[in-house]
Amino acid sequence: MAGAPYRLAMAAITLVGVAIIVFVLLRVVPGDPIAMMISPGASPADIAALRAHYGLDASLPVQFAVWAKNLLHGDFGTSISLHRDVISVLAERLPATLELALAALVLAVLLGGAIAIFAVLMGDSVLSPLIDTVNGLFLAVPDFIWAFVLVFIFGVFAPVLPLSGRIDPSIEVDFVTPFYLIESLITLRFAVFLDVLRHMIMPTLALGIPLAAVITRVLKESLREAMVQDYVLLAQLKGMSKLRLVTQEALRNAIAPTLALTGVQFTFLIGGTVIVERIFSYPGIGNMAIDAVINRDLPLIQGLTLVFGALFIVVNMIVDFMAMKTNPRLRHG
Amino acid sequence: MADAAIPARVGAGLGRFEALGACLAEPKVVIGSGFILFLLVLAIGAPWIAPKDPLEQDVILGATPPAWMAGAEPGHWLGTDDLGRDVLSRVIYGSRVALTVAFVAATLAALLGAALGLLAGWRRGWVDAVVSRAVEIWMAFPPVLLSILLVAVVGAGVGSVIAAIAIIDWTRFCRVVRAETINQASCDYVTAARAVGFSRTRILMREIFPNVLPVLIALVSLEMGIAVIVEAILSFVGLSVSSDTPTWGGMIAQGRQLIHQGSWILAAPLLMLFLTVLAFNLLGEGLRRALDPVLRR
Repeated sequence: MAGAPYRLAMAAITLVGVAIIVFVLLRVVPGDPIAMMISPGASPADIAALRAHYGLDASLPVQFAVWAKNLLHGDFGTSISLHRDVISVLAERLPATLELALAALVLAVLLGGAIAIFAVLMGDSVLSPLIDTVNGLFLAVPDFIWAFVLVFIFGVFAPVLPLSGRIDPSIEVDFVTPFYLIESLITLRFAVFLDVLRHMIMPTLALGIPLAAVITRVLKESLREAMVQDYVLLAQLKGMSKLRLVTQEALRNAIAPTLALTGVQFTFLIGGTVIVERIFSYPGIGNMAIDAVINRDLPLIQGLTLVFGALFIVVNMIVDFMAMKTNPRLRHG
Repeated sequence: MADAAIPARVGAGLGRFEALGACLAEPKVVIGSGFILFLLVLAIGAPWIAPKDPLEQDVILGATPPAWMAGAEPGHWLGTDDLGRDVLSRVIYGSRVALTVAFVAATLAALLGAALGLLAGWRRGWVDAVVSRAVEIWMAFPPVLLSILLVAVVGAGVGSVIAAIAIIDWTRFCRVVRAETINQASCDYVTAARAVGFSRTRILMREIFPNVLPVLIALVSLEMGIAVIVEAILSFVGLSVSSDTPTWGGMIAQGRQLIHQGSWILAAPLLMLFLTVLAFNLLGEGLRRALDPVLRR
């Protein structure tokens, strides 16, 4: 287990790598972002002025140096298509994505954990292969397809859930923070809370189902292994009930591999928000990223990819930290 | 670790026909490859199999339902879209883009990833350090975002989609092949090959590579399923082939907007995508099981 300073340094290198790749990638390829934002009648002088305004007339290394220097001062530049500070746009949209991703994570852990424990309690009954088959199906099918399956179920056959957005436009509430779900809950505005929640159900399920299947498979496997260990058998001989055996004795030792994999898979889930938010017109950074790319909004794309990169790195660090906490063998050295 | 590696090596020495037999004895392989073969026939024979021209519009027949529903138009088995184009024919033609991208993109990603993985796992040292760091940086990008980014800058089209998938997903192959190469390199047969005096390149290509191959083959099949999805996502966003060519993703995007006029416009391509992804997954899982002697036992 490497030390914390080493890990931080590696994370920094990764983030710088991400920044450089995006920066170079966006600039070596043909296509003029300025041409896309001006009206057709603009004079060459106008175009040149605009280009200078966004700093696009300087050489590549100079552009990068300016951008990096500004970044370190907390300035992410100005979005070309939205005409706003990238940082404030991100601050507004990121919470929506965070709420969605965390909701999906909670759902996946609860659902996947419950099914795994249920499967182990059932033992080798007829249910076991059935659970495995259904779980295999859920593992194989990605969020993109689940999203549309859900659109069918809750939008066509039983149209009970809203198909798009984050909150009903007819609801007029002033939010102090961009965390709608958490804020409405804390301020006890339950009608608003329920509406936000209803908008989140489908995207959350689409993102959470594949992760739940991963958790079920790994946790079930680890629990099965733990159940035949001597200490569990001893507890069984002492007369402990099977439910307590699984949830108290076996779970404690089966949790580490599940945790490690959940962390890795959670980074994939965050990536999945890009397309799932798009499908449900959910106003997070993923949905915005697609527009930013289509509009060739360079400053916004750069800001977004950095945020995604940083999210990935933070998640990985949290997973490492939790692995250290749950596995006593990793605590020293 | 070393103990676990030995049976893998012994078993991997399966003859070609033995390996084929093991694969065909695995129901997942048979079902998965069966469906993919069926798709292949559809894709190649599309002009003869499809009942209509997939591009032929007939605005009077806009959004007519499938044959088993009231108001259906004879000859349009799965109904028509809003422009009166035959949904069944479009789904059949859509398999062409899906399979082309699946086969070519997965093969390219595998070649790139396996080459770098073998190199990193065998040479170790600075080569390994550079490759591993590159993989890590690559994986810090959300793949969907990176593919959209790549296609947006290079321009839409099948070629760009294929290139984007290969450039993004080589890391999957690289990680697994590198780990497997390191694992194999510590085996006794490699030490023996060294003692006999085989060159490093020969040991890598003739001794280690055949033992890494089973894992690689299974991974390629799984990657094909991923490639089909990525192509559908890019078509959905409008960044794959031009809108003249029918694609499942494009049809899904269209069906999403027309969800209240005709759910079959969304259902047909979605079902095909679902079954295709499932088939590639079954095949990959089955191959992994059939070719891995440790799992087979």
